Amino acid sequence: MAYLELNNITKNFGTGSDMTEVLDDINLHIEEGEFVAIVGFTGSGKTTLVNLINGLETPTSGEVLFKGKPVEGTSHERGVIFQNYSLLPWLTVYQNVEMAVREAFPNESKDFLDKRIKEYIAMVNLSPAISKRPKELSGGMRQRVSVARALAMDPEMIIMDEPLGALDALTRGNLQDEILNIWNKNKRTALLITNDVDEGIYMADRIIPLKPGPKATLGPEFKINIDRPRDKTLLNDNPEYKKTRNAIIEYLMDIGNERSSNSTIQYELPDLQPRDLRWRA
Amino acid sequence: METSQNIQETLSSNEIMLNLTDLKKVYPTPNGDYVVLEDLNLYVKKEEFITIIGHSGCGKTTMLSMIAGLNEITDGKISILGSSIKGPGPDRGVIFQSPSLMPWMTAMENVMLGVNKVFPHGNKKEREDICKYYLNKVGLSGAFHKKASELSQGMQQRVGIARAFAIKPKVLLLDEPFGMLDSLTRGELQDVLIEIWNKEKITAVMITHDVDEAIFMSDRVVMMTSGPSAKIGDILPIEFERPRSRKKVLAHNDYYEYRKHLINFLEH
Repeated sequence: MAYLELNNITKNFGTGSDMTEVLDDINLHIEEGEFVAIVGFTGSGKTTLVNLINGLETPTSGEVLFKGKPVEGTSHERGVIFQNYSLLPWLTVYQNVEMAVREAFPNESKDFLDKRIKEYIAMVNLSPAISKRPKELSGGMRQRVSVARALAMDPEMIIMDEPLGALDALTRGNLQDEILNIWNKNKRTALLITNDVDEGIYMADRIIPLKPGPKATLGPEFKINIDRPRDKTLLNDNPEYKKTRNAIIEYLMDIGNERSSNSTIQYELPDLQPRDLRWRA
Repeated sequence: METSQNIQETLSSNEIMLNLTDLKKVYPTPNGDYVVLEDLNLYVKKEEFITIIGHSGCGKTTMLSMIAGLNEITDGKISILGSSIKGPGPDRGVIFQSPSLMPWMTAMENVMLGVNKVFPHGNKKEREDICKYYLNKVGLSGAFHKKASELSQGMQQRVGIARAFAIKPKVLLLDEPFGMLDSLTRGELQDVLIEIWNKEKITAVMITHDVDEAIFMSDRVVMMTSGPSAKIGDILPIEFERPRSRKKVLAHNDYYEYRKHLINFLEH
């Protein structure tokens, strides 16, 4: 029995002619301690998949098992970093993180909680903004609060739905390392949803593509046989990295070509040159 | 390493489309002047495609918007074919990160806005044909009359590409045009853009965060130093033949060398 199992999952929304079949025939087993990345595309049903695992949605058919038991509702054992941050707008950065930490550590002292909250806010470089509310923060800063909130709970399983998408390369790299650190140090299990192949290769043990919907299903898995810790610059010299990366990118390109419909209509371009409208002094 | 200035001396002036000389940008702040760019020198040859990479906040967008004429020059000069720019103009087409379409207008009408401006001497049919030609090229032949607000973000950005090419600019300026798209759509639109570009060879300056995009699209990757007083730090010529196939480029021995060079720059 795997740590997390998704067996023959389908998920539809709506009924009758309005029914949208989002996910179909999803089978995924994640072992304890594994780091799995799912690479998917806008509108392919990634967020629906995350919500099935964290318990915010129930499958139309099939089962989601966490440690052998069916997932029924949310639990702080599974911490989620949401794509849309999902912060409470009336609470400050500190209070947003505090709420999660209190839930996860109900028996700890006030000092412990305070120290932990501040530690994780510092980790995402938001100490100067600790008393600000979400609307006073940029998108990237909100995303960092969301990362701090999820990691501060020290969940057994870290579920990430495009957690770092809105961040610049440098911050993104730092947070990838922080997430890997916590995953590795505390022997956690992680599921990362991303549209960035490189993020997947850098972080995960396995990458599984989610094909575009409707009726999105998982593609063949790619194992990342690269020792940890991985070094982003040195990876470029690693033959295994190049091989795996090219295989994944080519697979995704082929999916893309299937999806795009080529127009057979041709239009003639008239032989017309633009009038030079530049102001001349 | 050769600086852009050294190379420039060996080029005759009629090979250069766009020239930035000793460019400086200062923003006044309550705590005194903030120098964003200083001593920035860069030339772009005719029919050249260059990309600009650099850390967030280093002034890439400031530089691009100055070339577009949307942002005042503090000191130095920007010239196109030898004459200094004065404000924005249709000789420079811009593709922004967000498509910036008029949401109440159709795809056709959005493209037509610019086309009407630069082809007043053409007749209505010719102008429509120009719009249709480019909208078809970006894969929107079925969506001519859809309102911009009804299109997905990827489709809106396709309209943005059609709009920029349709006015036949001398220089195309692209500010992270695919930054908001997922990687599959991004790859598709890179192909769309480069396919039109292969045909028209409009001199292009593109800002990107994506190292692979930079290698695939450009003839030279220009690396900017971190601000304040950002300038050109390094230039990496990409020697792959055109037209490029993504699969062949990826399989090429130099690919990961280029990639390492750029990542190294960005991570330090």
